[in-house]
Amino acid sequence: MENLLLQALNGLASASSLFLVASGLTVIFGVTRIVNFAHGSLYMLGAYLAFSIVTNLPRGHLGFWGGVVLAALAVGAIGAVLEMLLLRRIYRAPELFQLLATFGVVLVVQDVALLTWGAQDLLGPRAPGLRGSVELLGLRFPLYELVLIGIGPVVLGLLLLLFKRTRWGTLVRAATQDREMVGALGVNQRWLFTSVFFVGSMLAGLAGALQLPRESVNLHMDLSTITEVFVVVVVGGLGSLPGAALAALLIGELHAFGILIFPKITLVLVFLVMAVVLVVRPRGLFGKAQVAQAAVASVAEPVLGRAPPQLKWLGLVALLVAVVAPPYLAGDYALIVLTDMAIAVLFAASLHFIMGPGGMASFGHAAYFGIGAYGAALLTKWFAAPMVPALLAAPFCAGVAGVIFGFFCVRLSGVYSAMLTLAFAQIAWSVAFQWVELTGGDNGVLGVWPDAWATKLHFYWLALGCSVVGTLALRRIALSPFGYALRAQRDNTLRAEAIGINAFEIRWVAFVLAAGFAGVAGGLFAFAKGSVFPTALDIPRSVDALLMVLLGGVQTLAGPVLGALAFTGLHEQLVRATDYWRLVLGGVILLLVLAFPQGLAGAVRQRWEARRRPG
Amino acid sequence: MRRYTLEAQNIQKSFGGVRAVDQVSFGVRPGEMLALIGPNGAGKSTCFNLLNGHLKPDGGQVKLLGQDITGLAPRRVWKRGVGRTFQITATFGSMTVRENVQLALQSHRGELARIWSPAWRLRGGQADTLLERVGLAGQARRPCSVLAYGDLKRVELAIALANNPRLLLMDEPTAGMAPAERVGLMALVAEIARERGMSVLFTEHDMDVVFGHADRVLVLDRGRLIAEGTPDEVRANALVQEVYLGSGFEPEAEPEPGEEPPAC
Amino acid sequence: MPPLFSGIEGKAMVGMGFGRRAILGGAAVLAAPRLGQAQAEPIKIGEINSYTAQPAFLQPYRQAWTLAVEQVNAAGGIHGRPLATVHRDDAGKPEDAVRHAGELVNAEKVALLAGGFLSNVGLALGDYAAQNKKLFVASEPLTDAIVWAKGNRYTFRLRASTYMQCAMLVEEAAKLPAKKWALVAPNYEYGQSAVRWFKELLKAARPGVEFVAEQFPALGRIDAGATVQALAASNPEAIFNVTFGADLTNFVRQGATRGLFERRAVVSLLTGEPEYLDPLGDEAPEGWIVTGYPWDQINTPAHTAFRDAYRRRFNDYPRLGSVVGYDTVQAIAALLRRANTTDTEKLVDNMRGLQFASVLGEVTFRALDHQSTMGAYVGKTALRAGKGTMVDWRYADGARYLPSDAMVRTLRPAG
Repeated sequence: MENLLLQALNGLASASSLFLVASGLTVIFGVTRIVNFAHGSLYMLGAYLAFSIVTNLPRGHLGFWGGVVLAALAVGAIGAVLEMLLLRRIYRAPELFQLLATFGVVLVVQDVALLTWGAQDLLGPRAPGLRGSVELLGLRFPLYELVLIGIGPVVLGLLLLLFKRTRWGTLVRAATQDREMVGALGVNQRWLFTSVFFVGSMLAGLAGALQLPRESVNLHMDLSTITEVFVVVVVGGLGSLPGAALAALLIGELHAFGILIFPKITLVLVFLVMAVVLVVRPRGLFGKAQVAQAAVASVAEPVLGRAPPQLKWLGLVALLVAVVAPPYLAGDYALIVLTDMAIAVLFAASLHFIMGPGGMASFGHAAYFGIGAYGAALLTKWFAAPMVPALLAAPFCAGVAGVIFGFFCVRLSGVYSAMLTLAFAQIAWSVAFQWVELTGGDNGVLGVWPDAWATKLHFYWLALGCSVVGTLALRRIALSPFGYALRAQRDNTLRAEAIGINAFEIRWVAFVLAAGFAGVAGGLFAFAKGSVFPTALDIPRSVDALLMVLLGGVQTLAGPVLGALAFTGLHEQLVRATDYWRLVLGGVILLLVLAFPQGLAGAVRQRWEARRRPG
Repeated sequence: MRRYTLEAQNIQKSFGGVRAVDQVSFGVRPGEMLALIGPNGAGKSTCFNLLNGHLKPDGGQVKLLGQDITGLAPRRVWKRGVGRTFQITATFGSMTVRENVQLALQSHRGELARIWSPAWRLRGGQADTLLERVGLAGQARRPCSVLAYGDLKRVELAIALANNPRLLLMDEPTAGMAPAERVGLMALVAEIARERGMSVLFTEHDMDVVFGHADRVLVLDRGRLIAEGTPDEVRANALVQEVYLGSGFEPEAEPEPGEEPPAC
Repeated sequence: MPPLFSGIEGKAMVGMGFGRRAILGGAAVLAAPRLGQAQAEPIKIGEINSYTAQPAFLQPYRQAWTLAVEQVNAAGGIHGRPLATVHRDDAGKPEDAVRHAGELVNAEKVALLAGGFLSNVGLALGDYAAQNKKLFVASEPLTDAIVWAKGNRYTFRLRASTYMQCAMLVEEAAKLPAKKWALVAPNYEYGQSAVRWFKELLKAARPGVEFVAEQFPALGRIDAGATVQALAASNPEAIFNVTFGADLTNFVRQGATRGLFERRAVVSLLTGEPEYLDPLGDEAPEGWIVTGYPWDQINTPAHTAFRDAYRRRFNDYPRLGSVVGYDTVQAIAALLRRANTTDTEKLVDNMRGLQFASVLGEVTFRALDHQSTMGAYVGKTALRAGKGTMVDWRYADGARYLPSDAMVRTLRPAG
């Protein structure tokens, strides 16, 4: 009994720190609609800055707490600067494009932190006077954790006061409800957004700084935090502070008690909870429908058309070169890279199909890629299947997963839908990771090499063929009546329904198709690499696909192709050229984001149209 | 011939205890232009949404051509032969005018499951015919997102006609338009309705439009149907005059959507 | 070299130091500047590791690697040919490691592959090596599978494996009076294997032990307070810990504050390695039985020379990763000297049974299972001058902590 009570206190302590990070994220999202991937990086910076400041200030209460506050303020300032220099320039870009920018920030911060603070974990000083523990019910409980448990509600209270009692808070709430309204009230939106970023980032910084006496400061803090915090924010309902508080409490306690009951499934527990919550309550616990949500983001989607003949010729020539040239010009390694690129193109195109024409973002598209890869690999491993049947099975496996997961995901909209895809992807990942008997766990499935007849060149041709056929098929589908219906429900759900379009069915079928094509890419991937690991369906892979699509541009069918080529090409070259490839890649992404807010293909298209327009 | 194209029998709907539509019954006759009017908050929109399937009535029945369509989803109502236009125009912004109409035609023919045939090849001629009928032949290749508001209304009309509806539901068809355009659009609607023998039920603020084009008028107030008849009868109705007292039987001042074109 | 990728060759990170010394943009630094016969074509080693994912452990590794290559070359290289290394970062992703392997083998024409820190990266590379018939010397990965279940002709592993280190600790654990054990390990293959071996070996060594609690926190995300509480609730007499890195730090902090380690024996894998012990500073636990590396106290001539050279070159003390990096190069150099060829099949034949002088002592790569006999230090943790260190330590020779040959044959289908 005492143990259970103490475990509940442990849950409260975790909940408290979770809430601090989540509150910042939810406030930022509520007002700016930005999915701020860099929030975890701000949290990490808070911890590192606090470490530096506290260890350089005199010991004692002032030194410690002063250091924590200074670090939080510094991170707030960093957030404000980010908003002013970067995000402010791309608010008008298509939905989720800002995510690409914040991911660039994540990459840059990772290397900057490594360069500034070194690779070794840093163990910060403990809070003065709170080193020890208190006796509770005959068990010891750390004093600092008690203080932490108190800080969460205090911050929640202060934030609620700020939002209810100040004009700024009223504006923030109004903007969370309906962004148009703030413009109508004649408020300086820029100032509001910058200040919201300051406050949100400061909260992240504060949370990071407060971890100092609890945990070591390390370079993995950013990514290990960000997904969990997103879960909290989404479960609570985007933009809702009380929701974030309740969700943090729920997740914190689940962790604490989950450990007692299922010590092995803590990996996936939060995602299971998120999936259940979103299926039952599609906008999280306290989320509200956003007024005029579509109207804000709707820079009208451009018309998709048949490609101009020049582009067709260009594509054909490029394809011919890709088919004919490698045997003469390139060595084996170039074939490997080209094979990777072909796979990436198909993977990105499959995600684009639901994101672009479908209007459904997915943060978990790797699930279908990975299930395709595992499907093919496991068939070879357990049934000694030859390559071709295994490859044929890949889209089938992925498609079946798409049928099941899609059924739930396509009912939701926006970030909620995207996060539900993430939850399913993580559930699939944890099956791959934990079901060691079947999948080999994180040691993966080995020995999935192409059949003897397929040389590297043959396999490249196979991958290229699948990629080209798959991408063109997706294009053809996008331009079929079905594809038009898909876009119709994205453009205007009411109108689509009013001409007899069953948006749910259309979205579901599209989801399954996208899953199937991702599965093809995954199957090819398994044979290209010779092995499959849970990394085939982990979050970074989903993020990669998202980056490729956003980089290329959501609004054109050529976008994912260009994006995939640019992203894999850049990554491949940079990794070999410098140890600090993350810094450079992040920097390049930021530059591209600022230069081409419509994505690469979008920019090309714009130039093209500008040239053809008379005058 | 059937007496009514659409028949509402004692339909009602409450929101949190407030009766938005209270035991309303009426019928739309074949080929007639029927206007539904009433002051703000009278329940027009709710009533409309009960007919088009957006809301499910708490009680009562809606019949289309004698068949019960109560509580059917909007897309099923559409499939039974009801077209509709929205108060704020709703078209597909990422498509051209022609594609908008083509898509509606393809949906009507059950061709949306075709994932392999290029959409532009299907129903192009029929779309052109419809666009010509609404006077948009010259705009067919332009994206909807760049069209003037008045033209968008016509696109909507063409879309709504794609399933050869027996009944057209128009929610505030002239809202946001210049007065001259209003008359033009409603004249066109009346003409098409006559040609096709199609009934039209519309809500409207502009009393010039109502009395200029409606064959009959229904008047709602606080969820109840208070009057029904020809424009002249309704105009003379004492109860109606009382409801509209002070406004001199002018359209009540509801905020207009403004000058900017609404989102597609 | 395909023309498509030709501008890159000059940028390869040949023998370049890692960390702050690395030059952005990666200028070529050939590793044999002082050699008369520097014109002789270098023997290229392709080295792949998770540098950006695990910098804390791999920076010292990479530094010592560089040092060893420099020393080999200064001493005249391998029969007159200098060694050169092309390093690649797999960012912790096995598939990226495989792609780099393809590049190193096909474009860089390396003589052999080496590296790997994470087990799955090691396994992916081992599988690649078998498929493409190229020698792979796995340096760090601990998983038993790399030489046993998934072992193959082309893959060899230097470090003492999970099994071996568990066996070393079980030897000590069996001497403890404790019967009720609680276990905590990161939730992935390494943690699971360690727990499985520890239980199996301890039950055999000391019948009657019971395991009252098992905790498997997610790697890098331990909920330390709750985990400590859950372990304490089972009231064990002793604890076996497999967590490391940030998880260990947080576990130790919470455990110490909550008194989990009081009056309880703790047996802990790898915790004596400076990589994991040093970040704990003055909060390093005392009296834990650990495997590790007491770098400041090993005064054998070989180790002293290594330590001094490392200090001179990098103004830093060696970590265990440094030993692994340094000895991997030593092993490869010994192999190349012995084989006097870069033909893979001959290299493999020579690698089987290869003996070389590691800084920890003589080490053999067993022909039986391609596992080296490199050992580890077993001792107790202690605090000296506000820092964690090891006391009462001894060198446990890896050869003594491997299962019988007959058992190994059943564990290794590849033969």
